[in-house]
Amino acid sequence: MKTTRLRRVYVWEWPVRFFHWIFALCILVLGITGYLIGDPLPIQSDAEASHRFWFGTARFIHFAAAYIFLAVILMRMYWASVGNKYARWANFVPTRLRFFSRIGQVIRHDILLMKVPEDTVVGHNALAGLSYFFLMLLTFVMVFTGFGMYAQMSTWWLPKLFSWMPGLFGGDYLVREIHHAGMWLFAVFIVIHLYLVFYHDQQEGRGEASSMISGYKFMEEEVFENKKAVGEPAEPAA
Amino acid sequence: MKPISVKRPTYYQELRNKGYSRRDFMKFCTMIAAYMGLESSGVAQVTNALMNQPRVPVIWLHFQECTCCSESFIRSSHPMVADIILDKISLDYTETLMAASGHQAEAAMEKTMKDYYGEYVLCVEGSVPVYEDGVYCCIGGRSARDILQETAAGAKAVIAWGSCACNGCVQASRPNPTGATPIHKLIKGKPLIKVPGCPPIGEVMAGVLVHLVTFGRIPELDHVGRPKAFYSKRVHDSCYRRPFYDAGLFVESFDDENAKKGYCLYKVGCKGPTTYNACGIMKWNNGTSYPIQSGHGCIGCSEAGFWDNGASFYTRIPNFPGFGIESSADTIGTIAVGATAAGVAAHAVASAIRKNGEKKRLKAEGEASVEEIE
Ligand code: SF4
Repeated sequence: MKTTRLRRVYVWEWPVRFFHWIFALCILVLGITGYLIGDPLPIQSDAEASHRFWFGTARFIHFAAAYIFLAVILMRMYWASVGNKYARWANFVPTRLRFFSRIGQVIRHDILLMKVPEDTVVGHNALAGLSYFFLMLLTFVMVFTGFGMYAQMSTWWLPKLFSWMPGLFGGDYLVREIHHAGMWLFAVFIVIHLYLVFYHDQQEGRGEASSMISGYKFMEEEVFENKKAVGEPAEPAA
Repeated sequence: MKPISVKRPTYYQELRNKGYSRRDFMKFCTMIAAYMGLESSGVAQVTNALMNQPRVPVIWLHFQECTCCSESFIRSSHPMVADIILDKISLDYTETLMAASGHQAEAAMEKTMKDYYGEYVLCVEGSVPVYEDGVYCCIGGRSARDILQETAAGAKAVIAWGSCACNGCVQASRPNPTGATPIHKLIKGKPLIKVPGCPPIGEVMAGVLVHLVTFGRIPELDHVGRPKAFYSKRVHDSCYRRPFYDAGLFVESFDDENAKKGYCLYKVGCKGPTTYNACGIMKWNNGTSYPIQSGHGCIGCSEAGFWDNGASFYTRIPNFPGFGIESSADTIGTIAVGATAAGVAAHAVASAIRKNGEKKRLKAEGEASVEEIE
């Protein structure tokens, strides 16, 4: 049996990994506290209100996490302009037709499990990249609706920047509804995201899962040789 | 403010004629200045204006409405509020309270519009139906839309009283058969103040009018066009049950122990957290009470579309249109996550079968490596 030589490729620089885990943690914390705020637990208790503050604490954690959430997404957007090529905008925003043909290939190969050649990439595949672009948009929907509702409670200029939001939707109610629905979209995203990490890691053995810890992926050398041979442009797809 | 062209008595003169003492007058000025959120020097400004300004002519129109705004106004805590603006003194035309009727009334309105062109304040109570050329609301043989357009043309400022005029209220809720339209969508290019609520608080209404008289301009408005002095805080932020909210102590149903203890009404549908109004501070009926104080959640009556918002007045979790009657966002969310989980599970099984060959190849390669390196 012929064995393959693997190349260790540095894909995710530390700001990307830092962003990933803080962002993930924020989503988790925001999701749990947010759900509780929307539908608080029925707690029966004899304690006086003056001795308890759990709901206030849940809201405090939610708001604090929201600030971090906003900070790291801005940081990541900055990194999309200065980071390495796997971190750049071109991985996420389809600007060339080629991006779409690559998405088609990923769908056939990985989703429909058809026996077509794989679009071997080191960084994000085109479909994943696009999905993260939508995730960023969703993030902004959550930031705008969330801070829009929060603005009234704050005296700081940053949340105040969003105070025009509720007016746009004719009041807080719809804003709250959108914010609430957004949480579920994140939940759906997490299910798919986790599954696909497991799927790729298992299917390809290139260290997909650990790459977000170490930053490295392991690619078969022939992948690069083949690419050079056919003169394929380097990633990202654009 | 432009000087009123035809000489009219001042508010103070009119009040003295009605038999109010100066002491009553000063009390009123102090009270209303406090309601308006003015600093103490504002009391002098209010007094000064009401003593020296000739009264502002007011035309008060009633369209698709239930007159609860007028009712609220004439029952505001201080009798002078109603007297000063409504009762005989300042009102040149209002269907509900004027003595004249028929042609006489129409003539009074026309006279005001002519004599005080560009000076009168137009108050509108009610929404305007626009379907079928506006036949759903006609007064004196003319459609509400016509009347509004005509009277607005010469108005100095327009006040939209109540949720009907501000956002259409119940008659504009789905499916809105008459095409009930809030007036800010029909009037362009006039300073417009929205005073929403079903009805708005009487003192708030008085405060807005007194502000117009005192400062000669409309009060500072928020992003939706409501006076900031009264609508910048949520009911929730001034609610006396708020400590229970922060403590996570909620009424679970209206007949439980928690309801008796006066816990927060959030879980039985209180819309206080999304409603901007001054109920928690000013309260109603002479500061007697307000809905939350009497044990019922806020229904959000001063918010646009409050009839259609969400599932009902008694739930917090929003309903989603187009997903059946009782499917809340959380039900749909749970189903969506469940369906996704089922999808990925199916994919996992399918890929295990379809990609078995590749997996085997990887494994063989891995095992071969083990042998090689030993
Ligand atoms: S009763 Fe309503 S307004 Fe008052 S604290 Fe509870 S949710 Fe807020």
